[in-house]
Amino acid sequence: MALDKIGIAKRIAQEVQDGFYVNLGIGIPTLVANYVRNDIEVEFQSENGVLGMGPFPFEGEEDADVINAGKQTITTMPGASFFDSSMSFAMIRGKHVDLTILGAMEVSENGNIANWKIPGKMVKGMGGAMDLVASAENIIVAMMHTNKRGESKILKQCSLPLTGVGCVTKVVTNLAVLEVKNNAFNLLERAPGVSIEEIQNATEGTLIIDGEIPEMILS
Amino acid sequence: MINKKVNNVQEALKGVKNGMTFMLGGFGLCGIPENAISELVKRDIRDVICISNNAGVDDFGLGLLLQNKQIKKMISSYVGENDEFERQMLSGELEVELTPQGTLAEKCRAAQAGFPAFYTPAGYGTEVAEGKETREFDGKMYVLEDAFKADFAFVKAWKGDAAGNLIFKGTSRNFNPNMCGAATITVAEVEEMVEVGELDPNNVHIPGIFVQRIFQGEKYEKRIEQRTVRQRN
Repeated sequence: MALDKIGIAKRIAQEVQDGFYVNLGIGIPTLVANYVRNDIEVEFQSENGVLGMGPFPFEGEEDADVINAGKQTITTMPGASFFDSSMSFAMIRGKHVDLTILGAMEVSENGNIANWKIPGKMVKGMGGAMDLVASAENIIVAMMHTNKRGESKILKQCSLPLTGVGCVTKVVTNLAVLEVKNNAFNLLERAPGVSIEEIQNATEGTLIIDGEIPEMILS
Repeated sequence: MINKKVNNVQEALKGVKNGMTFMLGGFGLCGIPENAISELVKRDIRDVICISNNAGVDDFGLGLLLQNKQIKKMISSYVGENDEFERQMLSGELEVELTPQGTLAEKCRAAQAGFPAFYTPAGYGTEVAEGKETREFDGKMYVLEDAFKADFAFVKAWKGDAAGNLIFKGTSRNFNPNMCGAATITVAEVEEMVEVGELDPNNVHIPGIFVQRIFQGEKYEKRIEQRTVRQRN
């Protein structure tokens, strides 16, 4: 069965390693924090200016001055720090953040990503996404494999205005885990019960299937 | 001690005119200069260019200036959560320059620090880089981005003193420190004005040299955009 958003978040959480500084985008990526193993040390960075982000506050303890990049009220963990926007992006641009997890509308086989604009329809802006994808070396995209009309979002070429070029390293969708390498999507894992054929049908970009493809193991 | 203190927002905004370019601190509604924004609405200052990460929400923050059609152009990184903004932008009434968030911050900091421009990898290969100079360093491509030029920077801090020294709180810091000294005149409003000498010099985030005018702000609403909580159990 295809994964729901929580399933995608759980699978991506397995990519988070001990000692990582991690930037989480808005949407599914935000959920990843809930499923990271609790026997490892990880610090979450939010580009509005906090490192060491904690869970949401208890009711009545919300502080208007302590939010994440999604403008949600948050708390901080022991050892956290606040800083200005320029320093925040020094962390990002300077490659001090180990892993970036963000959403996308489209990705292509050469590692391009589009997630900030639908011409004539929707323009919300890129926020920090362009800075993140231009600098991070380890970028995982969390997304649905197809759109509401069933059309693939895993493409040969993006049709929407780009956020970054040649930057995506891994994609985790409701159907599969894909590694972006040598101008192709390499199928690494299938969602539990999802066939290779289903993934092929939902993928417009070049899909490489090498050997036995295991199912994801989700706890 | 060079005294930067003014009595109120009216004095602080002396010299503000139609057609000027303003920088405004804040991320969403967090750390916005609420008093300066209210005064700009009250004075009906028009045809302005606003440099601010976001454009407020429909009925608060910069959204108030938008409702009033006082803004000619917005330079921002993210403008969601504001229907009036989207309407004015799609109809062409409002000119919008979307800039990657880190580039926006650095364009402020460059102005503050005396750099005319800088290279950044953000936006290379996208429409943000169109018409801009690009250059390769160590095999990677970068885009040349200019420092901002602005007439006034309006920032909000937690504590400040008459010398113009500022301390920010939590994530309300965001763009505020980067905008100090990045415009011809920097106006800081503070939640709490303390006596000179009370701030520990070790803890000052922005030295007073970057601030021309400082005043005690009033009636901070500090609205929360997304109130998220967890249950106690």
